[in-house]
This record gives sequence, structure tokens and C-alpha cells, in this order.
Amino acid sequence: MQEIGIKSIDELYADISQKYRLKKPLNLPHALSEFEVKRHVEALLSKNKTCNDIPVFLGAGCWPHYVPAVVREIVQRSELVTSYTPYQPEISQGMLQALFEYQSMICELTDMDIVNCSMYDWASALGEAARMATRITGRKEILIPKLIHPERAVTLQVYAEPAGIVTEKLVYDKENGQINTDDLKGKISNKTAAVYIENPSYLGFIEEQVKEISREAHAHGALFIVGVDPTSLGILKPPGEYDADIVIGEAQPLGNFMNFGGPLLGIFACRDDMNIIRQMPGRIIGMTTTQDSSKHGFCMTLQTREQHIRREKATSNICSNEALCAVASAVHMALLGPEGFRELGETIMYKANYAMQRISKISRVKAPIFNSTHFKEFTVNFDEAGQSVEEVNKKLLQNQIHGGKNISEEFPEFGETALFCVTEIHSKNEIERLAEALTGILEGKSDVQASKLG
Amino acid sequence: MFKQASWDEPVIFSRGRKGRRGHIPPKAEQEIRQALGDLNSLLPKNMQRTSRPRLPELSEVEVMRHFLRLSEMNYGVDSGLYPLGSCTMKYNPKINELLASLPSLNMLNPYQDESTVQGILEILYRLERWLAEITGTHEVCLQPAAGAHGELLGTLLMRAHHKLNGDYEKRSEIIVPDSAHGTNPASAAMAGFNVVVVPSDDDGCVSLGALKAAVSERTAGLMLTNPNTLGIFEKNIDEIARIVHEAGGLLYYDGANLNPLLCKARPGDMGFDIVHINIHKTFSTPHGGGGPGAGPVGVTEELAKFLPIPRIGFNGTRYCLDYDKPHSIGKIRGFYGNIAVLLRAYAYILSLGNEGLKEVAEVSVLNANYLMKKLQGAKGLTLPYNSVRPRKHECVFSAKLLKSETGVSALNIAKRLLDFGLHAPTIYFPLIVEEALMIEPTETFEKEELDRFTENMHKICEEAYTTPETVLQAPHNTAVSKLDEVKASHPRTMALSWRMHLKKNAQKT
Ligand SMILES: Cc1ncc(COP(=O)(O)O)c(C=O)c1O
Repeated sequence: MQEIGIKSIDELYADISQKYRLKKPLNLPHALSEFEVKRHVEALLSKNKTCNDIPVFLGAGCWPHYVPAVVREIVQRSELVTSYTPYQPEISQGMLQALFEYQSMICELTDMDIVNCSMYDWASALGEAARMATRITGRKEILIPKLIHPERAVTLQVYAEPAGIVTEKLVYDKENGQINTDDLKGKISNKTAAVYIENPSYLGFIEEQVKEISREAHAHGALFIVGVDPTSLGILKPPGEYDADIVIGEAQPLGNFMNFGGPLLGIFACRDDMNIIRQMPGRIIGMTTTQDSSKHGFCMTLQTREQHIRREKATSNICSNEALCAVASAVHMALLGPEGFRELGETIMYKANYAMQRISKISRVKAPIFNSTHFKEFTVNFDEAGQSVEEVNKKLLQNQIHGGKNISEEFPEFGETALFCVTEIHSKNEIERLAEALTGILEGKSDVQASKLG
Repeated sequence: MFKQASWDEPVIFSRGRKGRRGHIPPKAEQEIRQALGDLNSLLPKNMQRTSRPRLPELSEVEVMRHFLRLSEMNYGVDSGLYPLGSCTMKYNPKINELLASLPSLNMLNPYQDESTVQGILEILYRLERWLAEITGTHEVCLQPAAGAHGELLGTLLMRAHHKLNGDYEKRSEIIVPDSAHGTNPASAAMAGFNVVVVPSDDDGCVSLGALKAAVSERTAGLMLTNPNTLGIFEKNIDEIARIVHEAGGLLYYDGANLNPLLCKARPGDMGFDIVHINIHKTFSTPHGGGGPGAGPVGVTEELAKFLPIPRIGFNGTRYCLDYDKPHSIGKIRGFYGNIAVLLRAYAYILSLGNEGLKEVAEVSVLNANYLMKKLQGAKGLTLPYNSVRPRKHECVFSAKLLKSETGVSALNIAKRLLDFGLHAPTIYFPLIVEEALMIEPTETFEKEELDRFTENMHKICEEAYTTPETVLQAPHNTAVSKLDEVKASHPRTMALSWRMHLKKNAQKT
């Protein structure tokens, strides 16, 4: 203060009118010591029940997966954690290279050429993809599946509407849930900017007519956008192989905890085509060399697409993104390698399909409602048993099991249906417990398992 | 002397060897495998992956070593001063990191039954109330994932407001000052508005004359950062609010610079209708090399009905997620927000309380003015716009004179600073200052570290006149010397992924 020549800090606030200066303390909590803060937050959080406490069969866009110890170790390195966006690349090579490697490994998984270094999540990535497709094609219609995650559908709507984009839903085949390609052929036209599908679908089954849908989209000059769950890509055909133009998805399962739904990690990928690349939203890290060409290095590229340079003409307003989550994913992908991805996919698919079969054997229960191949999620319908999902879930919870997501309101046409998720973290034992509890509940013996709490 | 680690660490694809494994995921139990048989019989043939993804194959220790080396070639707030203007690079308390890694948070699925998530809902509910109190708004929504996401939400709220009033078609313009951050015009455009730019006056504040001329019945709102990006408090905020409101527009507060106002003054009291907060700036959550952050939005009572669903409710005994909001604009992302980031902000506010937050604001302002004072007189640097008015949390110098006299630019100064183990300020922003050096020390750093910065700044300016080559060729002590950023973006040399790099290399030979 001496150096600046002031007697009180308030002199530095003198230019703020007295009427705006707070005279009274705000209604905020009293400051606590570190120990007290820890005890307080721990106490509050311990009121939660997590999938460590009881088996939870929930996914629906945010999935329980194991995060290897090495991932945690790396994403706690304070040089990475406490750094900003790498505006000065020479002193930020670590972050830049890790992000470049994230981009590159997602490329291999999806079989695409370019990936940005993250979007907020899958839902907002979908909104951005729709806007990007309309910029590229000059068209304003997007076709999406009817069986889309409702939160993604709403987010898409909110992102698309101000740009004058209209979304239309494609009906599904009643028997297997697959997109009805006749409906697609009826709705697609030279006004269609893009056709969007999800694989696996929101309800967990695999969309099989990918080549046909892709061909149909391209025949009409529309782009083909595919949404993915990357844990499936060790065993499932990557969208690049069926000519997707833009791939989006949720990479939270790769190295990131659920955290009650955030932060997440939106994948955004495209092909090596300058017309498409120039319209990409978000940051992209590229490989280059030092100016004297003596060493390779990394920096942000194609920044003329971005808001800090292009302002209102930018491809997106995104600035801060989910960089550290992308680093977590990079570490996880590097740990798994091709073999690990295959094994992870297999384990998930085995366990989920086992659970599905096991539940389908319970009388008056239908699982799944669609006759298609399922990956890690599947539907269970209780109509015949005459119980609502709400009732069933309540009784499951009394048995210390958390049931699937109630989708009866989202899709009333399916009646009382829940979406269950099973991953590598669910043991056979837990699956058996679920099946037995369901059997008991649906036969009116809901307390059967109460004695066997684990 | 500073010397950053400079490992010759190749891209991970060149590491490892075929067959090596870093992590083995659990296998399905034998009984399950037996019960289901070969997976290929389950998967439709045309949907099977036939080629293995070309991922690297490394042992666990190789992965650990690789990323550890990368982290050593990075610089964070914990390494030293990080005076990146507008970014509020303050210390990230470690207790918050610890709390955010608790399994009782990490392992929660967002769709769990409300009875199993009362703890986290209580935290979020309280945080909303605290943030509303701090910003002087009526209700706060935690959903946006970053500041720009909050801006998108804010401009969508303007849209919803004018739509309900029946004059959305007419109100097609959002006004932003020429000193605004790029996300402001970009967000306005995303929400479907045309952007009208108003110039700053000689004091670096919004020119009232220009604002009066810019508002009309087409005005949907004004987006303003206050203190603005020059670190100057908008002296006419009263008048600005009146002009915008009288024209029927809404006033939006870009909260990137809220730090100096914490518990000192509130945007809501100044007439702002919509306020976003960059949690990763003001509330000390780490930037993580570019994210994740969080960008909650606070609004007036009138606008609250438009906020995204679900809203967090409390009936006196239980917390719930309320989706029954007919006027809501919908959603701007999946689920409820970047919860693990928000939890850290909760712990931060709890650690400081009203008095602590006020001290944060005051010290951040003191530090900025101290730096400003110490840098005035550095050869070749000038302080554009009113050079006697105190700044708030940051100050912006210009290296225009230095450049014309020595050829050393703001960029060169930035690079040379790295050589001393100091991060550079933000450069070339705001756009209204040529050769801008935007310096925000935050409250975090002690006098000695600030002095180290100003001393080195003086030294660099001296060097510019005596040995300009040293500055022009900087940095010398970082992991790599100056990079060729043009090459990185040139279509012929561009390599945005490893596979693209391989393809370009193959074409060359
Ligand atoms: C003044 C200003 N506004 C908005 C933003 C955007 O915030 P975010 O990066 O959180 O999206 C920034 C971030 O740098 C900023 O400095």
C-alpha cells in the first residue's frame, strides 16, 4: 500500500459508487477451518448411497466403470491440474502432447481422422454437430432417431432452434427397435443436412443397418452423424468404417467417474476434409516443429475458427472445455490398448447379456422389449406383472439394490419399462441378487433378500 | 535459474511393443461365459469390429512414465506466478481436490433415486443460494459447463424473455463493447442474434454516446464485463443500465472478472438481469489445462421461470429435482452440471466466508495496482486509457512503443518471461489495445513473487534495447524453443492426429 501510495484498500474502490458498495456482510456461512470443511463435506456426502454401497444398475448416458489407479495418479499431477489453456505452447508441451494423444487415440477407436480436444458432453456435442452440418450443407433439416436419449433430444433442440434448424424423428421398427428405413427414405430429401444415429442406441441395442442409412444419407447429399459409447468400440464396428462424416459421443467411461453427471467429456470427430475441418467447433491440437526444425512439438491449430479470433462468426462459442477429462481418457486408452478394449467390450457385453437373459426368465417380465443385440444396457418391461417401475424400484431399494432408469414417462408407448445398465463393475453375484430380488418382488415376496445385505 | 524439463518423449504411438499390456479389465465370470458361449454368435456379423484399433501397446510403468514426463513439461499455478489476464489463475486449495475425489461423490449416477442423493443435492442447493447472494441475483442455475456455456444460456434466456413478451422477432440485436471477450459475440450469434459493437471512450469504459446511438427497439440486451477487460470499473454503470432497460433490453454480466467484487459489490445491485460466474476463475477450481470448469447463471426473479430443467427444490425436509417448469428453455447439456467442480466451489466458500472472500477481492485489487505501479516506467511500455485511475483485478499495458523502437513485440516479451519460470500475461487481448499485455496477478501470490515478475519485466524491456536478439529468440529455457505455429495450421503440413501425421509422412516419401 505504501508503494502505491494509499492508506486503505478502499481507496482502490473509490470509483465504485457508494450505493453499490456493500455495507453489510452477505448472508454466507461462517468460515471454517480446513478440518471442519472436510468433516462437514464428508458428512453431507455420506448421506449419499453410491454404487460402492449397493449395486446400482443405472447408466443412461453416465456409466459406472472402473478407473485404473494410474489414471488417477496422472490427473492429480499439479502441473497439469493447475495449468490454463496452453496459450504459451513452449511451456505447456505436456498438456498439449497429452491432448494430441487423446485426439489421436479417439481417432483410432472411431476410425476417424480428426478429433477436437473436447466438447462439454455428448448432448452439447450433438447440438454442435447439427449446427456444423447445416453450415457445411447450407440445409436446415436434421433427421434423428425416435429412440434417442430425451436429454440429448432436448439439448439438440435448444442448440438447433436459434439457427433455424428443424429436427424430425425417424420411427423405429416395432419388433427390433431398428430405424425404419422406409420412414428414412420417406423423410430424407435434398433439404436434409444430416442423418443422426446412435450406436449403441439409448436403449442399449445395436443399430445394424448402418451401411444402408449411411448410403441413404450420402445419396441425398446429407452428412451422416453417429453417436457412440467408446467402451463398445473394442468389439463393435467403428463408425469410420461405415462412412460417418461426424462422430460424437461420451468419453466419460474412459477414465472419468460419474460424479453425479459431470464433468463429462464430449467426443467430436470428423474426416480429413478441409471443408469439414474448417467448420469444426472447439480446440484442436496439432503437431509441429520448433522454428529451427530441431524438435517436434505441439500447439493449438486452426484457431481462426474460434471465438477469440472470429468472434460472432466463430464456429462455436466454446472456450473452456473438458481438457483434464480428456487427459484421463488418454491415459485410460493407453493403458487398455487394443487388447484391453476388446476385453473390456467383451466383459461388458457378456455381463449385460447374462443379466438380460437371467431377468427375461422371470415370469411375466419382458427383457428386452426389442429383439436386437444389446451391448451394456437393456430394457425390462413389467406390464404383464402388473407393477409399475416406480413400485419395483422402490422395493428393490428396500432390498439394497438400485434398479434401472424409469423410462415409462419418456416413452409411454413402452408401458412400465426400465433401462438397466450392467458393466464390468457388476459381479455375477450382484446380477443374481438383482434377479432374485426381482423374482421376489414380482411374486409379492419383496423382503426375500433383505436378510442377505452385503 | 529456471530450466524446464525437456524430455525427448515421443508420441505415445512410438512407445511400447506389440503384446504389452498396461491394464487388464475384469473378465466375465466363467459361468457367464459358458452360459452365453462365443460372443461372436451374439454380435451381428456386419457389426463386429474386424480390425483392431491401432492403439499403442504399453506396460503400466511405461504409461506412467510417459505421462509423468509430460506433466514435467507443463507449468501450473503451483509452479509459479501465472498472471494470465482475464483468467484469474489463483491457487487451487488442495482440500478441495481431496473432497472432489471422495467415492461418495465419484460413484453417484445422476439418475439415482432422490433418497440416495440427498447429500449432494443439499450441497448444490446451498451453493445455488450462496452464489445468488454473492451475485445479488434471485435464482442460480448450475447447469452450464463453462463461462461461454453460461453466456449461451444467458442469451437464450433473453430470447425466451422477449419471445414471451411477443417482441422477439423485433429484438434481434445484442450489443457488446469492443473490449468484450470473443465468447460474448459468439454466444449472442449462437442464440440467433445480430451483434452490434459499441466503442470504448478515452477512459476505457463504454461510450455512453455510442451506446445511446446503438440501442433501439431492436435491442435484446447488452453483454458487459465489469470491471471490464482493461480492469477498469464501468464508471457509468448506472446510466448504462438505465439506457438498456429503457430501451427494453436486458443487461448481461460476464462474470469472468467477478473476483475483485466478491463481497464488495454485486452485479445484481447494479441492474444486471443475468449473471454468469466462471467458477474456475473466481471460485478457485483448477483450470485443468483448459477445463473442466463451471459457469452457473444467476437471474432476476422475472427470468427464473426460463431456467433449464431440472431445478433443485427443497420442501423443508427433502431435496428434489423438479422438472415441472413449463416456461423452461429446456436443457443445454446432459444432467445437472459439472458437479465435481461445483463441490470444490462449495468448499471454497465455506473455507472463506464473507470476510475471507472480501479479503480475496481486496488483495487481488491491491496486487494488480501494485504491479501496475511497479511496471509504470518500464522502458517502452505504456498504460493506455486513463493511467491514473486505479485498476481492479488486472491492468493492461501496451508494448506498441517498444515494438516500434526495438522490434520486440508483446509476443516476444511473453516468450522471454517463460525463460524466468514465470508464465506470460494474456497477450493481444483486449483487442482495443495494440500489443496488449493483460496482467492479472490474483490474490494468491506474495510480494516477493510479484517483485520477481516486475523485475524481470524491466529487465526484458532493457534487453529489448540492448540485446534484442535474446528476446526475439526466446524462449530458451522451456521444454522446446519457439514453435512453428504457422506450419501447424497449414493444410499441407497440418497434422491433427497421429494417423494424419503418418499419412502426410507417407505422402512425402
Ligand atoms: C472476459 C471473459 N469472458 C468469457 C470467458 C469464457 O469463459 P469460459 O472459458 O469459462 O467459457 C472468458 C475466458 O477466458 C473471459 O476471459
